[in-house]
Amino acid sequence: MAMAIRVFLLLLFFLSSTNIGFSLFEDQVGLMDWHQQYIGKVKHALFHTQKTGRKRVLVSTEESVVASLDLRHGEIFWRHVLGTNDVVDGLDIALGKYVITLSSDGSILRAWNLPDGQMVWETSLQGSKTSKSILYISKNPKADKDDLILVFGKGSLHAVSGIDGEVLWRKDFAGESIEVSHIIQSTDKIYAAGFVGSSKFYVYGLNADTGKLLKDDHTILPCDTFGELLSVSGDKFVVLDKMRSKILTINIKNGEISYKQKLISDLIKDSSGQAVILPSRLPELFALRIDSHVLTIKVTNEDDLVLVDKINNAAAVSDALSISEGQHSFAFIQHEGSNIHLFVKDVNDWNGDLLKESIIIDHQRGNIEKIFINNYVRTDRSYGFRALMVMEDHSLLLVQQGEIVWTREDGLASVVDVTTSELPVEKEGVSVAKVEQNLFEWLKGHVLKLKGTLMIASPEDVVAIQALRLRSSEKSKMTRDHNGFRKLLIVLTRAGKVFALHTGDGRVVWSILLHTLRKTEVCEHPVGLNIYQWQVPHHHALDENPSILVVGRCGPSLAAPAALSFIDAYTGKELNSLRLAHTIAQVIPLPYTDSTEQRLHLIIDIDRHAYLYPRTPEAIGILQREFSNVYWYSVEADNGIVRGHALKSNCIHKIVDEYCFDFRDLWSIVFPSESEKIIATVTRKSNEVVHTQAKVMTDYDVMYKYVSNNILFVANAAPKATGEIGTATPEEAWLVIYIIDTVTGRILHRMTHHGCQGPVHAVFSENWVVYHYFNLRAHRYEISVIEVYDQSRADNKDVWKFVLGKHNLTSPISSYYRPEVTTKSQSYFFTHSVKAIEVTLTSKGITSKQLLIGTIGDQVLALDKRFLDPRRTLNPSQAEKEEGIIPLTDSLPIISQSYITHSLKVEGLRGIVTVPAKLESTSLVFAYGVDLFLTQIAPSRTYDSLTEDFSYALLLLTIVALVAAIFVTWVLSERKDLQEKWK
Amino acid sequence: MGVLLFRWVLPVTLLLTCALGFQSDELLLDDEEFGIEGGRSSSFHSDSLPPSTAATSTSRKRFSESASDSKIQFTLQHAFGDSDFSDAGNFSARLKTWSHGGQTLTKLRFKRDPLTDVEKKSFQELLRGDDFYRIRLPSNVLSPPGREYIISSVKARCLPGDGLEEHFVIHMEGVNVLAVNYGAPGSCSYPRLLKLPAKWSFRSHTVLKNSEQAPRTPIFAEDALGGEEGDGEGIKPIERSFWAKYWMYLIPLGLILMNAVTQAMNMPEDQPGGQPGAPAQQQPGPAVQRGPSSGPVRRR
Repeated sequence: MAMAIRVFLLLLFFLSSTNIGFSLFEDQVGLMDWHQQYIGKVKHALFHTQKTGRKRVLVSTEESVVASLDLRHGEIFWRHVLGTNDVVDGLDIALGKYVITLSSDGSILRAWNLPDGQMVWETSLQGSKTSKSILYISKNPKADKDDLILVFGKGSLHAVSGIDGEVLWRKDFAGESIEVSHIIQSTDKIYAAGFVGSSKFYVYGLNADTGKLLKDDHTILPCDTFGELLSVSGDKFVVLDKMRSKILTINIKNGEISYKQKLISDLIKDSSGQAVILPSRLPELFALRIDSHVLTIKVTNEDDLVLVDKINNAAAVSDALSISEGQHSFAFIQHEGSNIHLFVKDVNDWNGDLLKESIIIDHQRGNIEKIFINNYVRTDRSYGFRALMVMEDHSLLLVQQGEIVWTREDGLASVVDVTTSELPVEKEGVSVAKVEQNLFEWLKGHVLKLKGTLMIASPEDVVAIQALRLRSSEKSKMTRDHNGFRKLLIVLTRAGKVFALHTGDGRVVWSILLHTLRKTEVCEHPVGLNIYQWQVPHHHALDENPSILVVGRCGPSLAAPAALSFIDAYTGKELNSLRLAHTIAQVIPLPYTDSTEQRLHLIIDIDRHAYLYPRTPEAIGILQREFSNVYWYSVEADNGIVRGHALKSNCIHKIVDEYCFDFRDLWSIVFPSESEKIIATVTRKSNEVVHTQAKVMTDYDVMYKYVSNNILFVANAAPKATGEIGTATPEEAWLVIYIIDTVTGRILHRMTHHGCQGPVHAVFSENWVVYHYFNLRAHRYEISVIEVYDQSRADNKDVWKFVLGKHNLTSPISSYYRPEVTTKSQSYFFTHSVKAIEVTLTSKGITSKQLLIGTIGDQVLALDKRFLDPRRTLNPSQAEKEEGIIPLTDSLPIISQSYITHSLKVEGLRGIVTVPAKLESTSLVFAYGVDLFLTQIAPSRTYDSLTEDFSYALLLLTIVALVAAIFVTWVLSERKDLQEKWK
Repeated sequence: MGVLLFRWVLPVTLLLTCALGFQSDELLLDDEEFGIEGGRSSSFHSDSLPPSTAATSTSRKRFSESASDSKIQFTLQHAFGDSDFSDAGNFSARLKTWSHGGQTLTKLRFKRDPLTDVEKKSFQELLRGDDFYRIRLPSNVLSPPGREYIISSVKARCLPGDGLEEHFVIHMEGVNVLAVNYGAPGSCSYPRLLKLPAKWSFRSHTVLKNSEQAPRTPIFAEDALGGEEGDGEGIKPIERSFWAKYWMYLIPLGLILMNAVTQAMNMPEDQPGGQPGAPAQQQPGPAVQRGPSSGPVRRR
C-alpha cells in the first residue's frame, strides 16, 4: 500500500510540473517563424578589401538601403534602411573609415562608421531648388589631411569636412540656372561643369579652400545635346548630340573650353540604331552602345576619337579599377547562349585579357544589369579579379575564379503582391529511385546523428545535425499537412519574378522570371500588377496542379498594353502567356469556377469593355447563367467618383468577340470636389468566412450582423488636408467616411470626423471596419471602429418564431431590400502611426479576431478586437464583464508581449497578409517589406490542439504508471485479504 | 463648419445662379408654383425630414437668427433600361443660407410628372425583362447638372406594389448631391416575380440626409496622467484564494494522507497482535471505512 501511495505521489508531482505556457519564450523564437533580411537592387557598390581585416562590399540600393556585406559569404554585416522618401543618390568612402551617403535629392549627407555602421555625423544641406545631386570626394594625397567632400545638391555646391560633417563653404548656383553635372578638382581649384539648357556649356572655377568664384567661362555648342555628359578623364567630356549621330568632345584645359565633334558613322560604317553613351567611367575611353554592340572609343590627347574595339552582345561594362600606378583595368560581360563570358582588360593594352572566364548562370536570373569589379593578389602574386553582378531579377552574385561564390535573392526585397497555394497531397509510398539517390545522404545523416548521441561531434557536425533536423522536420516537408500550416507563398516582385516560398522555413521552392514582364523593345517599363489564384483544385479536379495568374502591364499608365501569365504553382513552369489586345483597368475574380476549377475572371479595360477569362465556351455558359448577378464598382480617386456597373450585352465590334461585353453604369456617387477627396477605399476579403450571423448582447438580446460581400468603405479628406500632418489647421481638416453597398450604391453610413486628417489605413471584416487616422485637435493618432447591424432581421429573437418556422432568416437576401441598419462606433487614441493594418483570418471564422498593426517601428502588433468594441463603457456591469467587455479607456493599450515580430524588425514594412490554416485556431501571418517575416498566430490560443511542446512520452508514462499502480494495489489488497482470511 | 467656410458664396451671386439654374427647369415645367402641394392627377406623397439633420453638420455653431431663404428646384430624370434620360419630376426645396456662408436645403418636396403612355409601355417592357429602371439627379442643385449626374437604379420589378412605390434618400453636402439611394420603400423579395401595377402612378417618399458627426473620443484626465501601465494589463484575472486554485490537488492529497495515517495507525497494531478475539473483531470496522479501494475486494 505504501508503494501505491508513493507511485501516486510521484504521478501527482509529474502532473503538477507540466504547466502549459502560452506566450513565446526566447528559445521558441524560430520554431514557428522565420525572418529573412534583404537589401534590394544594388545601385552603387564599393569594395573595401585593402586592409587585412574583414573583406566587405558596401552597397546602396533602390530600396534606400545602405549596407555592408561580407565578401566571403554575402551576409549582412550591417544595414540601414533609410525610408522610401530618403533615396540614396551617392555612396563613397572618406578618410578610409567613413562611408558617406548622399540622400533625399542631395539634401542629407551622412557618414557611417565603416566597421560597425554606426552613424558618425549627419549634415543637412540647404538649397533653394531641386536639382540633380552629385557626391564627389577629393582624395587628399596627404593622408593626414582632411578629405573634402563636395556635394552638389538643391542647386548649390557645398564643401563639407569629412571629419565632422561641417559645411566649410557653400556656393549657390540657383541664380545661374545651371545643371551641374560634374565636379573636377585640380590641386587647389575646383571646377563645376554643366549645361544651361541643352547646348550652353558652363564651367565655373572655384577656390577649393574658400569657395570663392575665380572665373567662369562658357561656350555654346553647335547643337543640342542628348543624355548625360560623361567624363572621360579629368578635363575631357563626351556627349551625344540631339540627333544621336555625332559625338561631341569637350575639353576644359585650365578653364578654357574647347570642343570637337565627330560623326558616329565615321567611326563605324554600318550602324543604324540609336547610340547611347554608357555611364561607365574609364580613363581616356568611353563605351558607346549602338544596336547590340558596344564600341569602346579612345579619346586621344588631341581630342580625337579612335575606335578601339567592337564587342558583340555585350551586356554590362564596369567602371575602371586602378590596379597599380598608371594601370587601369575594367570588366565587361558578353552573353553567349546560357554562358556568360567575363572579360577583364587593361585599359591601355587592349590586346591581352587580364582575365577571361565563362560562367553558367541560371537563366531565370535574366541578363546582367550592372557589374562592379575588385582585384586581389593571388597566391602566385598575380592579380585576380572578382566581380559583383546585379542581375535582371535584382539578385546579387559574386563571381570569382569562374564560379559563383554566393548569391543573394534581393528581388524579394520588393514584393508587389502575395497569394498562397496548397502543397500537393502526400502520396503513399516512396519510389525506390529516390531512396537510392539519397542513400549516401541518408547514411551520412545517420552517422552524424550517431556522432551527436555519442557526444563526439565537432561544432561543424552539430551545425550539420541541426540543419538536418530542420530539413527532415515536419514543418519543411513538401506535402500538405493535417493542420494546414505548410503552404506555398507565391510572391510577385517588382523585377517581374515570381517566387514560391515554403511557409515552413521560408526557402525558395521555385522561381521564374516571367518573359511577359521582361524589358523588351516594345515594352520599355514592364510592371507586375497583381497575382491571382487561377485554379484551385480541391474536389473533382484534385489530380491537377493549382495555377496562378500574373497580371502585368507595359508601363505605369492604364493605357499601356497588358499581358497575362499562367504559372503552375507546384513546378513554377509557365503554362501559358497572353499578350492582350486590350488594356487592363481592373481585374475581377468572379465567384464561379468551371469544371476544371479554373476561376472565371472579368478584365475591365479603359474603353469600357469587360472581357471574360478563361476564353472557353464553358466559361461563357457559366457567365450567361449568372449574367444578371454580376455587379462591380470602380473608384475614380482623382475625380472623386464611385460608380457601380453591371453587364449589359456582347460588345458591338466589327470583329465578333463573344468573350467581350459592354456594361452600363447603375449608380454613381459624386463627392463634391471642393470639400472631399478620396484617400482610401477598403472592402471585405472575398475569402473571409463569418461563422456567427448574430451577436448576443449582455441582456440576452440578439443583434444581427450586417454581413454583405458587397460593401465598400471610403474615406475622404478635405482637399486642403491631404498633405502631410501639420500642413492644415484643424478648422480646415475633416475626414468623411462612408460605408457603401456596391450593388445598389446605397450609402449605409456616413460620418464626419472634424479636425482629423489622413493618411487613413483601414481594414474591413465581418460587419465592422477599423480605421486609423490623425486627430489634429488632440494631436494624436486615433483608431475608430464602426460596427454595422441589420435591423430588418432584428425581430427574429423569439424562440417560438424559430420553432414555428416564422422567421425570415432562410429567405434569400436581395440587395434591393431597403436595408435598415444601425451602426455603433467609437474612437480610441493610439500611440503609433501605422504602416499597414490587417485582421486575422481563420478557416471557419469561429476564433476571435486580432488586428495586426504594422507600426512605424517596422513591427507587427497584434491587438485584440475586443479593445475596439464600440460597446465598451466606463463601468461595465457584471454581466458585461462576463461577456468580456473591457472597461472604456481613451487610448488603446500597447502590450509589449503582443508584438508578434517579438524582437525582430521587418524593415521597410509595406504589407501584411494573413492566411487561414486548416486548424481553426491558427492563422499564418506574412509581413513583407525589405525583409520578409512569417509566423503563426492563434488569437484565442491553440484551443483545438496540443501545444508543440506537449510531451507525449509523459502522457504515455502516466498511463503506464496508472495501470501499474492499479495492478500493484490490486495485488496488495489481494494479499491483505488472504492474510485476513488466514487469521 | 470648415466645409461651409469653403464655399462661401455671396447671397447675390447665389440668387443669380439660382435664376440661371431655373431657366432650364422652366422650359420643362408647367408654370406651377412650387411649394403648393397636391398635384393635378398623380397621387403623391412626400415626407421630408425636418432641417434638424441638415443642421447637425453645422450644429457646433448655430446661427439661428441669420438664415436667409430662397426657393430652388431641380429635376429628376429617368430612363428605362438603356434608353436616354427624360424628365420625370421635380424636386423643390428651400435653400437656407447661413450667415457664415453655409447653405443647406430644407423642406424638400417632390412632384412627379404622370407617366405618358409611351413610358408606361416601356415600363412594362422593363418589368418583363427584369431590367433596370434608372433615375438621375444633378450633383449640384444650384448649377445643374454640376460636375456630373448622380445616377441610381433599381430592378423595375421591385417597384410595383399597389401602385408604383418609390423611396428616395438624397445624401446632401451643402448644395451638392452626393448620392441618391433609390428603391422600393419596403422589401423586394428574390426571386423577383413579374407583377404589373394596378395603378400607373408613383407614391414617392423622399428623405434628405446630411452627414452626421462622429462621436468624439473620450478623454480621461486620470488616464492621461499615468494610467498607461494599468491599461496595459487589460483585464486582470481576479486573484483567487489558494484553495480555489489548488483544491483539485489538495483533496486527493488529503485523502491519501488520511489513508496513509490510518494505515500507519493500523500497522503497529498488526505486528504485536498475537491475540485473537476482541482486537481481531475490532479490525474489520476501520477496514470497512478505509476507503473505496478495499471495498470491491472485500465484497468479492
